[in-house]
Amino acid sequence: MMTTAERATATRGPKPAQRSRRRLVEDLGGWLFVLPASILVLGLSIFPAAWAFILSLQKWDGFSEPEFVGGEQYARLITDDDFHAAILHTGVYTALFVPMSVLAGLFLAVALNRKIRFIGFYRTAIFVPFVASAAATGILSTYLFNPQFGLVNNVLRVIGLPQQKWLEDQHQAMFVIALMSLWGQAAFTTVIYLAALQDVSPELLEAARLDGANAWQSFWSVSWPALRPVTVFVGIWQTIGAIQLFDLVFTTTRGGPLDATKTIVYYLWEQAFRRLDFGYGSAVAYALFFITLAITIGVVIYSRRRGMEAF
Amino acid sequence: MTVLETKPVATAPVATDAPAVPRRRKRRRPSGWHLFLIPVAFLFLLPFVQMFMASVSPAEELVSFPPPFIPSRIDFGGFVGLFSDTPILRWMLNTVIVSTVAIASHLVLCSLAGYGFARLKFRGRTFGILAILGTIMIPTQLLMIPTYILFARLGIIDGLGAAIVPWLASAFGIFLMRQFFLSLPPELEEAGMIDGANRWQVFMQIILPLAKPALATLAIFTLLNSWNDLVWPLIAINNQDWFTLQLGIANFQGTRRTQWTLLMAANVVATLPLIIFFLFAQKQFVATMTLSGLRG
Repeated sequence: MMTTAERATATRGPKPAQRSRRRLVEDLGGWLFVLPASILVLGLSIFPAAWAFILSLQKWDGFSEPEFVGGEQYARLITDDDFHAAILHTGVYTALFVPMSVLAGLFLAVALNRKIRFIGFYRTAIFVPFVASAAATGILSTYLFNPQFGLVNNVLRVIGLPQQKWLEDQHQAMFVIALMSLWGQAAFTTVIYLAALQDVSPELLEAARLDGANAWQSFWSVSWPALRPVTVFVGIWQTIGAIQLFDLVFTTTRGGPLDATKTIVYYLWEQAFRRLDFGYGSAVAYALFFITLAITIGVVIYSRRRGMEAF
Repeated sequence: MTVLETKPVATAPVATDAPAVPRRRKRRRPSGWHLFLIPVAFLFLLPFVQMFMASVSPAEELVSFPPPFIPSRIDFGGFVGLFSDTPILRWMLNTVIVSTVAIASHLVLCSLAGYGFARLKFRGRTFGILAILGTIMIPTQLLMIPTYILFARLGIIDGLGAAIVPWLASAFGIFLMRQFFLSLPPELEEAGMIDGANRWQVFMQIILPLAKPALATLAIFTLLNSWNDLVWPLIAINNQDWFTLQLGIANFQGTRRTQWTLLMAANVVATLPLIIFFLFAQKQFVATMTLSGLRG
């Protein structure tokens, strides 16, 4: 960590009186470099995070006097059926999206990791949706999956399958959202797996080939063990992102139909910025934080025990 | 993760050089992977194709069933309506301002801080960098409410300033630049110091020119995130005049559900700049994606 910058300054040490002045100048100089960015980053995160905790102990609508209620907001979380429903919807999305995105990333990376013709075109095609915003993706989703005139239903009609209501059906809406998230983010897991595949030892792969292993066998016994830590990492990363789903819900269903896509963050946004219940919104935010933290710690401990060092 | 130090400019991953003989063999025999990749590439491009075609379709064709795969004629009615009936140009300008300020500020502030934390010796340095890295674990959702209240009290809510301030610097940016500067050999600076340059001159004349790839990565990361941000503008901005593109089109979604050509034209306007940018700077984009995944 402390590298040669230190050694460089330590080697030239003049008289003791000058040294302390020089030290002060160095301190000042260092802080001049780092201070503007540090103030912004810390000021816009640690201070609001602490404030959010205070808010979560209050009842406040932003106008009247805040009222201190202690743990009441957290107690309310435990009995709030709408919040439980939001956790359930978020869980459904996470369970749909995370395995899909990890598997898609793995498949696509294996497919793209070879020298064949048009590989640049394939890569571009799979990577470019990554730049589409949630707003644009949401509008595209409602258009493509429109039950009346959408392309997807037209394809179903052509191949003779029954039409679906998609985003307007409470059992299908989350599936459509997960599918479109996958479209937008497959590039991400693919890129991570591609980078990891580059690190798989070519000597081992060559040795496996010489031993007569076929493509599947050498993938399973050489590449896959090397990819396991990355899989843990990508799994956690995508889970954290999935738990925080908001944008795509906002731009497709706005929580509907029948609240079926109302996620934790959507509920948080609604409580805080629609109902102006800042105290309860903050309690929901802290609940979200602890859920995320618990999952992360859980997975890290589990993977350490299994000997897969992802972090 | 340490990967950062070894490959700050990871390019699009390319298969490692295979020996000449199997490569020649492969060229003669078309790979079976095409059978998998052609439909996949088609599926990934299809939504974009639909978006562009719908934006130039006659309005009535978009809401007919079955929808035509190809419009019967090119009709720019959607774009005409978009630019004449809505403040989309204003929103575009707002977004360009937000992203430009965000990128400029990120490049300046994060490279300064990254360099300071990587190479300068000062009291409180370890505490500072640990505090900054710790903030990466705080979910942004936790910060939304207090930040909104804070900005409201400071009187900068509901304006472009509110959209810009959270994008001026980021923990990830500082981390990224610090990792890059740690990977540079210290002899470079020592040589400059011996020639009589001070810290600032060394930074500006020797270090920063070497940091171009890292700066490009940071710029792309900031562009993508600030251009596409929806949640924060949604909370912070209510006045149509200060909408960003994303907020504007998300708002259409609620109010103009029937005007699909207009919606699709707006989608094209909001997405096309980044797509073009992606096509030109693909390698750098992929490096950014990789690095933003490998942080933490």
